Amino acid sequence: MSGAEKIAVTVTDVVPLNDLVTRFEFKRADNGLLPTFSGGAHTVVEMRDGDITRLNPYSLMSDPMDQSRYCISVRRDDEGRGGSVFMHTRVKVGDEMVISYPVNLFSLDLRAKKHLFLAGGIGITPFLAQTKQLERFNGNWELHYACRTESLGSYVDELTSHHPNETHIYYDDKKQMIDLVNLLEGQPLGTHVYVCGPKGMIDWVRKTATNEGWPREAVHYEEFLAPQPGKPFEVKLAVSNKVIQVGEHESLLEAIERAGVDAPYLCRGGACGQCETNVIDYAGNFIHRDHWLDDDEHAGGQKIMPCVSRFEGKTLVLDR
Amino acid sequence: MTIQFNDETFRDDYSFYNSERAIKRFPFPFHEDSYMYSVNMEQHRGGPKDSVYEKRFDVDEHYVSEMRDRAMVLADDPLRCQSLPHMTLAGWDLLELIMVSKSEDYPDLFELHRDGNKWRWINKPLGIDDSFVFLDEATLPYGPMEYITRQAQGDFCVLDQRDDNLWMDAGMVTTQADWSLDFDIGMNFFEWHAPVPLAHEKGIFVRALKFLLNIQQGAPARRLNWTMTVNPLLDTSPENYHKWGIQKTTLTPENIGAKQHLRVELQTFFRLPRSNALVFPIRCYLCSFQDLMTVPKWGRRLHRVVRDLPDELATYKGFIDNRPMMLDYLKNFDDGLPTSAGIWPDLETEPALET
Ligand code: HEM
Ligand code: FES
Repeated sequence: MSGAEKIAVTVTDVVPLNDLVTRFEFKRADNGLLPTFSGGAHTVVEMRDGDITRLNPYSLMSDPMDQSRYCISVRRDDEGRGGSVFMHTRVKVGDEMVISYPVNLFSLDLRAKKHLFLAGGIGITPFLAQTKQLERFNGNWELHYACRTESLGSYVDELTSHHPNETHIYYDDKKQMIDLVNLLEGQPLGTHVYVCGPKGMIDWVRKTATNEGWPREAVHYEEFLAPQPGKPFEVKLAVSNKVIQVGEHESLLEAIERAGVDAPYLCRGGACGQCETNVIDYAGNFIHRDHWLDDDEHAGGQKIMPCVSRFEGKTLVLDR
Repeated sequence: MTIQFNDETFRDDYSFYNSERAIKRFPFPFHEDSYMYSVNMEQHRGGPKDSVYEKRFDVDEHYVSEMRDRAMVLADDPLRCQSLPHMTLAGWDLLELIMVSKSEDYPDLFELHRDGNKWRWINKPLGIDDSFVFLDEATLPYGPMEYITRQAQGDFCVLDQRDDNLWMDAGMVTTQADWSLDFDIGMNFFEWHAPVPLAHEKGIFVRALKFLLNIQQGAPARRLNWTMTVNPLLDTSPENYHKWGIQKTTLTPENIGAKQHLRVELQTFFRLPRSNALVFPIRCYLCSFQDLMTVPKWGRRLHRVVRDLPDELATYKGFIDNRPMMLDYLKNFDDGLPTSAGIWPDLETEPALET
């Protein structure tokens, strides 16, 4: 079986926060304790939508030490493949669902003298858990959080009232911008910076930090890629000797699973490397979207990350 | 089942011994008649009843004496236990993992009572009954990692995970096969494995690291490793090489069956939840050649493995000089019959030695 261990849960609360974001609370279906986790961890939520099973990763935002419940916040993406819309429109209090054990690909560097968090939009969620973890151990942290508008600023009130000195909010519609260069220059030695948000923001922070001379290992980022829809394509699975069709609204990984072939995965978001698959033969173009393979590997045509990447062309044969 | 704990030593008069039960459950590390390094990892989710795989942390007849030996090593050399400042949370994770596992797996020996952060831990074999506040170091006599690993067999490396690598930032290491925590502390996976021959070229460490980085909460893994030790010594450290290295020259054809031990490490890997660190317990099992030879399959196989092992590995494992004498002894237990696959003794089905 692939992926992390599973937990059967009951949905115990569904709270719409604003036009786009809804919070879900889960408790263990057997009323037992959930595993503790480390701030920055995510869980993969299984959604049964007719005969389609969607598996989407969401950051855990509740207190990592609270074993009675887990919370996630889901931003509705009407352009996406339907996972977030399913959560928003179909999931109700009392529903039974299956989620994975926590997996952390964005953990705190506990050596840091100070943790500088930069969030964009729904990218706030891992920091909600990390700040709770740090508060317990008197950790030194500061948060800069950019939202589109005041009404879309999820958890702004909670943060500014509990942590007025640590929290700084920026609204796009008021043309407020994080003054990144000055912010980075003003940090004490031993600070680690963490960014979670849209791709453009992550790239901006990483590039600015590099220009400012920050060591690579002091800059942490997490971007969950949702698989993007795309043109259907055909794939031959050499080991299992199957030819499968990847539909417009499913990922290559989902199509492989639908064919009954067990394929490894963890994050399903192009970050963990677990699903890396060898390409045996191809004629066409890869649409690589992962963060795992490097540029040479993307150009090399020998590997693909089926959780997020696609293909356009005549032949694709995979070692799976 | 209750365990009868041996009163024995791993130094000076070497009164260590294995009962018949301990021999039968010894983790013989060779699943076929030859050996080469490989990424030999599998899930650690129990195993056959009474085998060393059955419980998360195996407790056996050597427990009490091993803990006494550890305390002696630490009294002589406190640097065998080290934890860099950022690893304290991982130490609490480890304490919780061991206390929860042992109290669930051996309820007659260990008890854990939790009321919020107020914990009470009862360790009957060692006569300990301590109350403390979880996550409050001031309420324990040692740091959390040292406290619990003074009560758990085997060495423990606690690895910080960052930058797509593992870092040896904490550990309790008193029963090691010739490597030093004090030397390796702060190193990463490739740095501390640098002395190992052949495995780097085969890409084993790149693949092993990738596997380890992806070990998840609730899904521990395990593997076996092995070497050879003359006399049942737990502490074969570089720090004390001057004491034990010389003992390798005391082997004779007469005493080899009793003195030469196969040393097997059951290595397990657990993700630690609060810190996202990885713990690597290395549990050492010793068995004399003469005890191993009571299992016909193991006698046949050990001869073949030792005979055909590449020189690089025999050198690295430190027995190349004694190999001819070992083979003279072991060949008497190899009648050339085929052996069954797998590590288990198969006493009922494998034929007795033909003489
Ligand atoms: C994080 C977990 C691990 C730790 C802390 C660790 C630590 C060590 C250390 C300290 C040594 C001795 C090196 C020396 O000579 O100084 C060693 C040897 C070795 N390790 Fe690891 N190791 C780990 C995981 C693994 C894994 C997963 C493999 C899988 C293939 C592996 C394969 C080996 C091999 C083949 C040797 C040589 C052993 C011998 O021939 O006796 N290690 N390891
Ligand atoms: S599943 Fe993590 S990169 Fe594909």
